[in-house]
Amino acid sequence: MLKIENLQANVGVTQILNGLSLTINAGEIHAIMGPNGAGKSTLAYTLGGRPNYEVTDGSVSFTTSVRAEPVDAQTDDPSTSSGRTDQTLDLLDMDPHERAAAGIFLGFQYPVEIPGVSNLQFLRESLNAQRKVRGEDPLSGAEFIKLAKEKAGLLKMDMEMLKRAVNVGFSGGEKKRNEMVQMGIIDPKLAILDETDSGLDIDALRIVGDGINSIMRKPDKAVLLITHYQRLLDLVKPDFVHVLANGKIVKTGGPELALELEEHGYEAVAA
Amino acid sequence: MNALPTKGDEAWRYADLKLLADVWQDVPSPEQITVKAGESMARQICEIPVIGNGVAMADLDIVIEDGATFTLHVLAAAVQYGRINIKTTLGKGSHFELGGAILGNGDQSLEIVTETIHAKPEATSNQVVRSVLGGKATGTFMGKVHVARDAQRTDAAQSVKSMLLDRSATANSKPELEIFADDVLCAHGATVGELDKEALFYMASRGLDPETAKRLMLQAFIGDAFVSAADDVREAIEGKALTILEALS
Ligand SMILES: Nc1ncnc2c1ncn2[C@@H]1O[C@H](COP(=O)(O)OP(=O)(O)OP(=O)(O)O)[C@@H](O)[C@H]1O
Ligand SMILES: [Mg+2]
Repeated sequence: MLKIENLQANVGVTQILNGLSLTINAGEIHAIMGPNGAGKSTLAYTLGGRPNYEVTDGSVSFTTSVRAEPVDAQTDDPSTSSGRTDQTLDLLDMDPHERAAAGIFLGFQYPVEIPGVSNLQFLRESLNAQRKVRGEDPLSGAEFIKLAKEKAGLLKMDMEMLKRAVNVGFSGGEKKRNEMVQMGIIDPKLAILDETDSGLDIDALRIVGDGINSIMRKPDKAVLLITHYQRLLDLVKPDFVHVLANGKIVKTGGPELALELEEHGYEAVAA
Repeated sequence: MNALPTKGDEAWRYADLKLLADVWQDVPSPEQITVKAGESMARQICEIPVIGNGVAMADLDIVIEDGATFTLHVLAAAVQYGRINIKTTLGKGSHFELGGAILGNGDQSLEIVTETIHAKPEATSNQVVRSVLGGKATGTFMGKVHVARDAQRTDAAQSVKSMLLDRSATANSKPELEIFADDVLCAHGATVGELDKEALFYMASRGLDPETAKRLMLQAFIGDAFVSAADDVREAIEGKALTILEALS
C-alpha cells in the first residue's frame, strides 16, 4: 500500500529525514517508536505534504484498490471483472488535499484550532471534497449527520461538541478523540496517527484504541501508529514495530520489540 | 456642501482625495436618522451608493434617543474608493450596534469612519469591523468615541480585525478616545493577521482544496461582523460578502 524508499527531507534548511525506507502492506498495522526529535512527526508531515517540508531524495508510492473506470460499456464484462483495479500514485507529486482524497489520513500530534468553522461544516465539506475528486456523489445533509452521529457514538463524543468550532476550547484529550471521529467519518485507506494516545485518560485511551480497531482493522486498510507507549499497542496490536532514530528506521521487529524497548530503552535496544 | 477635505483633516487622512475632488460637489449631505425613545431600528448598507468617478459614499447622522437601539450592518466593497461615515449620538441607556466588513483587492481603498458620541449616561455601543484585503488594497477603520462629562457608566467597545491576503495590502485601524466622564468602560482591540498556514494544512489534510479551505476561514472571520444581525439581514449581507470574497481570494 505504502512504499517509502530512501526518503530524505528537510524542514526549512535542516535535513531531518536521512534515507528512510518502509513498506506497509494492506491489512497491516505498523508502530513507529523513537526518541524525541528523531523525526517521527516530520515523517508524518512529509507524507501529508506539509508546505516547507521539502523532499530532497527518495520516493513514496501509494497503491490502493479503486473502482475500475468502465473503459467501454460494450466490452466491459461485469462477470469477469470485480469492478476494482489497483492504482499506484507517486505521493510526492500530489498536493496535500489530493493525498487525502487518495485515502491518506493524518492524525495530528497537535490538532489545529479553526475558529468560527464548526466541526460538522468542516467535515462535511472535507468529505464531499474528497468524494468529488473520486467521482462520487456528495452526501446530503441528512446522510452526513447520520454518519457523523454513528462515528461520534463510536468514539463516545457528544454531538454537541461537533457543532462547536474545530478544536477550539477542546481539551488536549478531546482534540485527540476528535481526530478519531474525523477519521471515522472520512474512512481513509491509510491512517498515519501521530501520538494519538498522548494526553488521553485511561478510559479515553481504551475508547480510542477500540475506535482505531473498528475503523481501520480491515484487509484493505493499513495504519502507521506513532507512539511512545506500550499501552496503546496493547489495544491496537501492531504487526510490526520500528525504531526511528536520527531520521531513519534503525530497527524493525514484531510486537515484542516494543516490550523490549519499554524495558531497556532506545539506547540499549537500537544501538 | 463643505469645502473639499485635505490630508490635514484627521478623518480624511486615508481618503482618496484625488478621486473625491472631481465629484465633491455631488456628495449628498448626511442622511439624518432619529430613533425615537425606547424604539428599535435596524439598517443595512450592502452597497455603498455610487457618486461617480469610482467613488461611493454613505453618510449617516444618527440620533438614538433615550432607551432606544440602533443596529447597523455595512459592507464596504466593490468600488475604487468607498467610504462609510457614521456619526452617532447616544441618549441615556441607549445602544448602538455596528457590524462592518471591508473587502478589497486591486488598488481599492475602502473606509469605515465612525464618530460615536456618548452624550448621556448608561448608553452602550459595540462596533465590530472585519477587513479582508488582497493585492494593494487599503482598508481603513477610524473610530472616534466621545464620552461627555455626565455620560457615566458608558460602555463603548470596538473590535477591529484585519486579514491581509497579500503582504502588499494595507490595514489602518485608528481608535480615538475622548473621555470626560470617569466611570467608563472603553474596550478597543485591533489585530492584523494573515491566513493561518497551519490551519490551511490541517484542512488540506482532510481533503479540502486550498480555495475551499480559504473560503471557510474567511467566511468565519467576517462572520463576526454579522452575528448581531437578524437572520434575514445576516443572510443577505453575508451572502453578498461571500460572493465578493470568492472573487477576491
Ligand atoms: N521548522 C523547523 N526548523 C528546523 N528544525 C525543525 C523544524 N521543525 C522541526 N525541527 C526539528 O526536526 C527534528 C525532528 O522533529 P520531529 O517533530 O519530527 O520529532 P519527533 O520524532 O516527532 O519527536 P517527538 O517524539 O518529541 O514528537 C527535531 O530536532 C526538531 O527540532
Ligand atoms: Mg512528534
